[in-house]
Amino acid sequence: MKIVVFVKQVPNTDDVKLDPKTGNIRREGVESILNPMDANAVEAALQLKEQFGGTVVAVSMGPPQASYALKKVLGMGCDEAYLLSDRAFGGADTLATSYTLAKAAEKIGDYDLLLFGRLATDGDTAQTGPAVAAWLGVPQITLASTLTVEDGWVVCDRKLGGMRQRVRAKLPAAVTVTGDLNKPRYPTPINIMKASKKPFTTWGAADMECDPAKIGMPGSPSSTKEVLEPEKRSTDTKFFTGEMADIAHELVKTLEAEHLI
Amino acid sequence: MAKEDYKGIWVFAEQENGVIEHTVFELLAKAHELQEHNKEEIVAVLLGNNVDALAPELIARGADKVIMVNDPALASYSARPYQAALTQLVEKYKPSILLYGATPLGRDLAPRLMITLDTGLTADAIDLGYDKDGVFYQTTPAYGGKILAHIVILEKRPQMATVHPKMFTPFDPNPDAKGEIVKETVKVEADSDYEVIEFVPDENVDVNIADSDVVVAGGRGIKSTDDLKMLEELATLLDGQIASSRPLVDNGWLPHSRQIGQSGATVTPRLMFNVAVSGSVQYVLGMQKAGCIVVVNQSKDAPIYDYAHYGIVADYRKFIPALIEELKNREA
Repeated sequence: MKIVVFVKQVPNTDDVKLDPKTGNIRREGVESILNPMDANAVEAALQLKEQFGGTVVAVSMGPPQASYALKKVLGMGCDEAYLLSDRAFGGADTLATSYTLAKAAEKIGDYDLLLFGRLATDGDTAQTGPAVAAWLGVPQITLASTLTVEDGWVVCDRKLGGMRQRVRAKLPAAVTVTGDLNKPRYPTPINIMKASKKPFTTWGAADMECDPAKIGMPGSPSSTKEVLEPEKRSTDTKFFTGEMADIAHELVKTLEAEHLI
Repeated sequence: MAKEDYKGIWVFAEQENGVIEHTVFELLAKAHELQEHNKEEIVAVLLGNNVDALAPELIARGADKVIMVNDPALASYSARPYQAALTQLVEKYKPSILLYGATPLGRDLAPRLMITLDTGLTADAIDLGYDKDGVFYQTTPAYGGKILAHIVILEKRPQMATVHPKMFTPFDPNPDAKGEIVKETVKVEADSDYEVIEFVPDENVDVNIADSDVVVAGGRGIKSTDDLKMLEELATLLDGQIASSRPLVDNGWLPHSRQIGQSGATVTPRLMFNVAVSGSVQYVLGMQKAGCIVVVNQSKDAPIYDYAHYGIVADYRKFIPALIEELKNREA
C-alpha cells in the first residue's frame, strides 16, 4: 500500500506575536512545530504500513527552512519526504495550496490513501484535505476518529455529537483525521539517525508542471483586505476577595440566589 | 461573464433525514442584512430526496426563493454527488454569494465546490458584511486570535464562506411569508465508492457539550491530569460537563468533543466556570453567550475577565478544593 501523508510546519501558537506596525506575524523567535493532528495522520499511516507493508510518503509545502516537520516525520518512520518549495508558491490560499499538493500527489502517483490532519493550527481552515480530494476526484472521509483498511476500502468512524457514523470509501481515497485517532509515536534516536539517509526531495513549480496561474498569489482568489483588533466587551465583573473558604461560601450563595445551582 | 452579472445570495440548506440544520436559519436571517446593501434575492438551495415539505420552512425563515432538487442519488449526504449537483445549479443561476454553515457536513462539502467553481472559500467566518468600499467581506480570527481579518474575494464569483454556527439570531418562522419554490433537476449519480455503513446514537460517543446547562472549562493553566479530575468533580457536583480550551485537547488530556472555541464546540450554558483559561478570541467565540460566567484565574489581566460576571483572582488549586468542599457541605 502506498500512503501519502500531507504535513505542515506551523508556528507554536503559544508564542505567536504580531508586529504592531504591519499586523504581520513575527517569525523571529517563534518555535516551529509539526501540526499536531498531522502527527496523528502519520501514526495512522505507519500502523497501516506495519499491517499491510508498503511505503509512507510525506509531503509538505513551505519555504526551505520548513523542512523541520518533514525531518520529524522521517524520524517517526516515514520512508521518503517531498518538500514543495518555490517562491512562486508564496501567498497561496487554500485553493492554490490544494492545487499544488494535488500536483505533487499526481507526480508521486499510484497512491492508495491520502492522509491529512483535520486542520492546521495556524490557519484553522480544514479545507486542504477535501480540496485536494476534489482536485484528484477521489472520495473523502473527514473527521475520522478511527481508521482501518478492509478489502480495498478505508473504513472510519466519525463522532458527531453523541452519534457515531461509520463510513467507508473505496481506495484511492482521502481521509482527514482528528486528534482522538491514536497516540503518535515519538521519533526514536535510531530512527532519527536512519532519517538522515532517507530520500528527501525538493520540488518547485516547474518540477510538478504547475500552471503558473493556479499557484501562489495569482492562483488565490481570497486575500486579506484589513486587519482589526477584536472588540473588547466589558462586563461588570464582581470580584470576590478574602479567604478561599469565604469566597467559596459567598459564590455558592450568590449562584443559589440566581437559581443557577 | 463579468462579476457584476452574478446575482443572488445563496444559502446551502443543509438537511439530514428531513431536518434542516439550525445554522441555515441563522444564515437566512443574516442574508437579509446583506440584502439591504446589495438588493439581491435570497435563495435557499435544498438538495435531497422527497424534501418538498422542507421548502415552506425555508421561506418562513426568510428565503425569497427555494431552489429544490429531489433525486435518489441525493437521499443521504455524500460529498461527490452533492458537489456535482450544487456545481450545476451555481453554474446555471450564477449567484454572487454562496454561504454554508461551518458544520461537519458544510466543511466537508464546501471545499470541493471551491475546486469545481474555481473561486474563493473563507473558512469558518464569524461575521459577514460590506465594508466602506462596498466590498463583501468575511471576518475570521487570525494568528491565534490576536487579530480579526477581513477576507475578501475580489474577482471570482460566487464569493463563498462557511460560517460558524450560532453567530446570528434566526427569524421566528413566519407562516405568512411568501416565496417562490423552483424545482430543478440535475445530472447526478450515487457514489458507488462511498457508503454510510451506520449512523447511530452511541453511548461511547461523547455527549454534546453544546447541550449542557452547566459547563466547567479548564485552560492552559491547568497543571496536571489530577487537577483536571478536580474540575471533573466540580462539574459533577454542579450536574454539568467538563470542557476545555484547545491546549488541553492538543496535549491529549481531553477528547476533541470537549473543546470549546472556534475549532470546537460553541456552548451556551446557563452557568459556566472558566478555570485557568486565558481567553483567546477563538475560545471566547465558543462561550461568550453563556448566561453567567465565573472566572478563576491568577492573572487579573487575563482577557477572559472581560467576559466575567464573577471573578476570583486566585490559584485554582487553592480555590477549587474550597468550592468543592462548600458544595459538598451544602448537599449534606
